[in-house]
Amino acid sequence: MEAVSNFLASDLFYRFRKSPVAVVAFIVTALLVLSALFAPLIAPQNPFDPGSLNLMNGFSKPGEPNQFTGETFMLGTDDQGRDVFSTILYGLRISLFVGFSAVMFAMVLGSVLGLIAGYTGGRTDTIIMRIADIQLTFPAILVALLIFGIAKGITPPSYRNEVAIWVLILAIGLSDWVQFARVVRGATLVERNKEYVQAAKLIGRKPMAIMLKHILPNTLGPVLVIATISLALAIIAEATLSFLGVGAPPTQPSLGTLIRIGQGFLFSGEYWILLYPALTLLALALSVNLLGDWLRDALNPKLK
Amino acid sequence: MLAYVIRRVFQSIFVLLMVGLVAFSMFRFVGDPVENLLGQERTQADIERVRDQLGLNDPFPVQYIKFLGNALQGNLGVSYRQGRPVSEIIAERAPATLELAGVSALLAIVFGVGLGVFTAIRRDGFMANFIMTTSLIGVSLPTFLIGILLIYVFAVELGWLPSFGRGDTVKIGWWSTGFLTESGLKAIILPAITLGLYQMTLIMRLVRAEMLEVLRTDYIKFARARGLSTRAINFGHALKNTLVPVITVTGLQIGSIIAFAIITETVFQWPGVGLLFINAIQFVDIPVMAAYLMLISVMFVMINLIVDLLYFAIDPRLSADASARGH
Amino acid sequence: MTTPLLSVRDLVIEFPNRHGPLTAVDGVSFDLAAGEVLGVVGESGAGKSLTGSAIIGLLDPPGRIASGEIYLKGERIDNLRPEEMRAIRGRRIGMVFQDPLTSLNPLYTIADQLIETIRTHLRLSEREARQRAIGLLDDVGIPAASRRIDDYPHQFSGGMRQRVVIALALAAEPELVIADEPTTALDVSVQAQIIDVLKEQCTQHGASVILITHDMGVIAETADRVAVMYSGRIAEIGPVREIIKNAKHPYTSGLMGSIPTLAQEEDRLVQIPGAMPRLSDIPPGCPFNPRCEHAFDKCRVQRPVLIPVDNREVACWLYEEAEASEVAG
Repeated sequence: MEAVSNFLASDLFYRFRKSPVAVVAFIVTALLVLSALFAPLIAPQNPFDPGSLNLMNGFSKPGEPNQFTGETFMLGTDDQGRDVFSTILYGLRISLFVGFSAVMFAMVLGSVLGLIAGYTGGRTDTIIMRIADIQLTFPAILVALLIFGIAKGITPPSYRNEVAIWVLILAIGLSDWVQFARVVRGATLVERNKEYVQAAKLIGRKPMAIMLKHILPNTLGPVLVIATISLALAIIAEATLSFLGVGAPPTQPSLGTLIRIGQGFLFSGEYWILLYPALTLLALALSVNLLGDWLRDALNPKLK
Repeated sequence: MLAYVIRRVFQSIFVLLMVGLVAFSMFRFVGDPVENLLGQERTQADIERVRDQLGLNDPFPVQYIKFLGNALQGNLGVSYRQGRPVSEIIAERAPATLELAGVSALLAIVFGVGLGVFTAIRRDGFMANFIMTTSLIGVSLPTFLIGILLIYVFAVELGWLPSFGRGDTVKIGWWSTGFLTESGLKAIILPAITLGLYQMTLIMRLVRAEMLEVLRTDYIKFARARGLSTRAINFGHALKNTLVPVITVTGLQIGSIIAFAIITETVFQWPGVGLLFINAIQFVDIPVMAAYLMLISVMFVMINLIVDLLYFAIDPRLSADASARGH
Repeated sequence: MTTPLLSVRDLVIEFPNRHGPLTAVDGVSFDLAAGEVLGVVGESGAGKSLTGSAIIGLLDPPGRIASGEIYLKGERIDNLRPEEMRAIRGRRIGMVFQDPLTSLNPLYTIADQLIETIRTHLRLSEREARQRAIGLLDDVGIPAASRRIDDYPHQFSGGMRQRVVIALALAAEPELVIADEPTTALDVSVQAQIIDVLKEQCTQHGASVILITHDMGVIAETADRVAVMYSGRIAEIGPVREIIKNAKHPYTSGLMGSIPTLAQEEDRLVQIPGAMPRLSDIPPGCPFNPRCEHAFDKCRVQRPVLIPVDNREVACWLYEEAEASEVAG
């Protein structure tokens, strides 16, 4: 409770309250996340359960009763009779799930590698940092595409749809670990030179546990900022990959996949199949980005 | 200075070799090249023959070297899907990507630098704030979404511009260009804006941030204290100091345009090497994937190298230091 | 009495803050005569640099002049339009900053920077300006000036750079030069030289000097008068010799005691206990009262004004009776 009241009185929260952009972005993000979490409860139908679908509902216009069945769908339906509103909610789920998981993965991987590099030093350090540098020469999307391509090549065709989501998380996570590694490595190097490390080694004990206690608070701030921005990037990356057809499959579509499907119906006039998922992605990407931007500026000691 | 150049060149070569290794490994271990070439009706003798032909029975390092040798000579294998030499396919589709990338880069640089300087100088003006807020959108939105929205507004609703393809092209020698036809010019507008927008907003924000930093420095303050005109300070001093560090990052950004072309080409069905790469992934066409990977890597590594060396040429501190050390 | 070159009246500089504006300079007044060197001395944060920046019109936002007036030769300059103030900077008021390394644009040669400054204010051709620039560099003691003028800033040592900075400040023959900690960033061995160059060249070019520093020793050597600042106000102002010999304000005495001299008998420097208050915590009455061993009731309640005592002015209630008795007697 004290921590909460401390936070509410802090400079950070004051700045947050004063910035209309940050507040709106936060509210939108929270709304979207909650909708995704409670999708099964909010959505009028589960669009991926073939049993609940009625093909006659296909191509219903938003808000108008269907000419065959008389059912009304708030945002219309697609060619299979799936309620667009429901597909968006479930799609949000996938988008957010992949985004969060990928960032978690990148954070853990990066931190561990950074820790190893900083602590062990020597050749291991050089090798890890070299790989990081090489990887940084190429845009993340390319790295993710490559990993996805290789994974696809290795997986037998029948399993491809099932593992797609996990490969996606792996690909995006692997393309983003470097920044985390750098921060953690830096902090580890600082700690490594301190006296208690030498002392512990002299006694024959491993100083790692104590080091972690010091490293963690130092890296928390920067890691948080990197994580928020990474989240925004991961969500966009996932949407892009899904849109390109190398991400979430139509059986478990994310917002990106929905947009891809929707693009096919643009010229035949069923604009809603594209428009609403696109607007949702717009809102999500924008608010997470704005939040991350604001956080980075707020935590930047130079601008204070 | 020379030592630095040599070191960088060696680094670049090392990176390329690594990438080559990855590409080669893809070839060897992902999917079965023999199977892809032979199809269903094959005998053991056929398999052995092809394996020998492809050199698959040689030791790994030998295969690797042969692979590199082939690549350097322009022999990048045969596409699994199209059955044609990969180098031929790439040469066919390269002009589309290069023209698109060129126009996008131009847009990005001109507007990026221009708007960056403008929003830094007129920092608190309404226009500047408006541009900055809109730019936030440009950076936050995925490229494909921008493309789709542009298509929706300009192609579907207004019908002014085409929503896919390259229009009519004219062949000059080996190069097919879309610049010489009206439909070609119309067709490149939306894709170029889509591709360039992200880079443009990045460059703009970078230039603005850098310029604001520069305007806060002591030497600018001293310049003001000497009574220099605002124009002299902004465009004489601040601009030059801003552009020097910006050039490096900009160079790298422009390089990545060719990679991001993948997305734009997919949205607009633009027949370039990016779309080729995506299709290759769909169909697990390893030779094309590997070839694209290697080409892109060469391009990136070269751009990185050039930009690094360029930095030396521009900043008098670096070159003077280097030559001083040489004494 | 002739109009003083510079006249500052009740200058107040504020910084906005979420709990209300913070006053960093609180009613500073002084005059500067032509040809005079005025030292402004005090701890970091006392408001010396802000005062200097305000005079030349380069106060960094969000700081702002809340009230007060600044007069240059009788004309008001604190409320001019930006274009008008720009015409004054460099031509009538010059400024020298602390760090010579960052004061010069690293991408331009010294020649470029000097010639540009000269031609902004004086109607000279490129060649004439270059000649003049070389002359200036000679004046400040740069050897082989005609060759070195085409070098870049990083090719000079710290002391040489500061000489270039002085040359730049004097390039358009200003009437007043404000030097804000001109030697703080330099090696000790070079500091004395630079101060000499500054004083010498200013005298030669006919410019008065406001020398802002926290180093009392420099003031003792160079200044004619000194203003001692504390917490945004002037504690004592008067001729340097008088104040050093016989400091009246308790803070000034404390400062004198903290200067190491060979003649000192004690082997420990006298320290004033406590620290200057933060802007958000300035005590009522005299800002120095918590640290002052002579403080009494009035000090804690009413803010002291500058009282003339013994041909200087002191802002301290200890001398109220002295003034009263002088007036009465």
